[in-house]
Amino acid sequence: MRPGYGEQVIAEGDVEVAEEHEALVTEFRRQLDAGMWAAVPTVSRAGRREAQMVQAFDQIPRDTDRVIFFPRAAGGAR
Amino acid sequence: MTVALVATAIVVLALLGELLMPWADRQLDARRNRKRAAGERIPGYDPGRERRAEQKARELLRSCVNDEEWAMYRDLGFLRVWGGRAGGPEAGQDFGGAPYAYLIYPHKPIVAYLPQTRQLLNEYCVEFPDETRPYGSARLPDSDDVLAKWMALKADETRLISAANMHLPGRQVDPKQVARDLWRLSQWERERLALERRQAAPKT
Repeated sequence: MRPGYGEQVIAEGDVEVAEEHEALVTEFRRQLDAGMWAAVPTVSRAGRREAQMVQAFDQIPRDTDRVIFFPRAAGGAR
Repeated sequence: MTVALVATAIVVLALLGELLMPWADRQLDARRNRKRAAGERIPGYDPGRERRAEQKARELLRSCVNDEEWAMYRDLGFLRVWGGRAGGPEAGQDFGGAPYAYLIYPHKPIVAYLPQTRQLLNEYCVEFPDETRPYGSARLPDSDDVLAKWMALKADETRLISAANMHLPGRQVDPKQVARDLWRLSQWERERLALERRQAAPKT
């Protein structure tokens, strides 16, 4: 998520393919180093829509199809 | 005579130099700044681009939240998220186990309240600024701002509330507006429930 863009695909790949896995890990780290937060939308067993924050690539659930990066939260107007 | 004229000319030139050098420096600085600004020109506000970004953001939000939450945002313009901490949004609070919830508005503080009494608890002012300012603005599209708050609250409520600036109700969001929104929400839920009952009832 970025101002002026909305949703923007920054990397795609199959984690089962070594080269693509490497590229995804690199992009994931680059986004976090740039100060972004990463979240994975999930669905609970009861069918509830939830979200999970991830700080490392191996925390991403294997069955997820996307990770959403958004700017880190900061305190707003004082 | 010639020597005197030459000496006078040198003095005049030296004085002129003293006077003109700062002016010349300022002119050169201004020229350099103009060139730099032209090279780093940030695209201006484009309503069409912002509208397209918002449309994409709405689709993304819709794909992440459940049907009821999406309908709530589409119809009312805000989302309600139930709080998950035992004592309330702030440490040291105790509402006797009463549930609390948050109202998420685009680009406004998150409002915590008690649904049973509609008592407003706090405002949590939080932003997601993109300091790279890709289009000269640090603001996410409205629906992206709502989704970011929704995900952060769902995934790590404590972290988001800790990052926010907490204020008493009424600091930025008009309590009368919130009261109206809570009334609209109750009406909306009643109508939705009635519709579901009608649809579930056996046809005669």
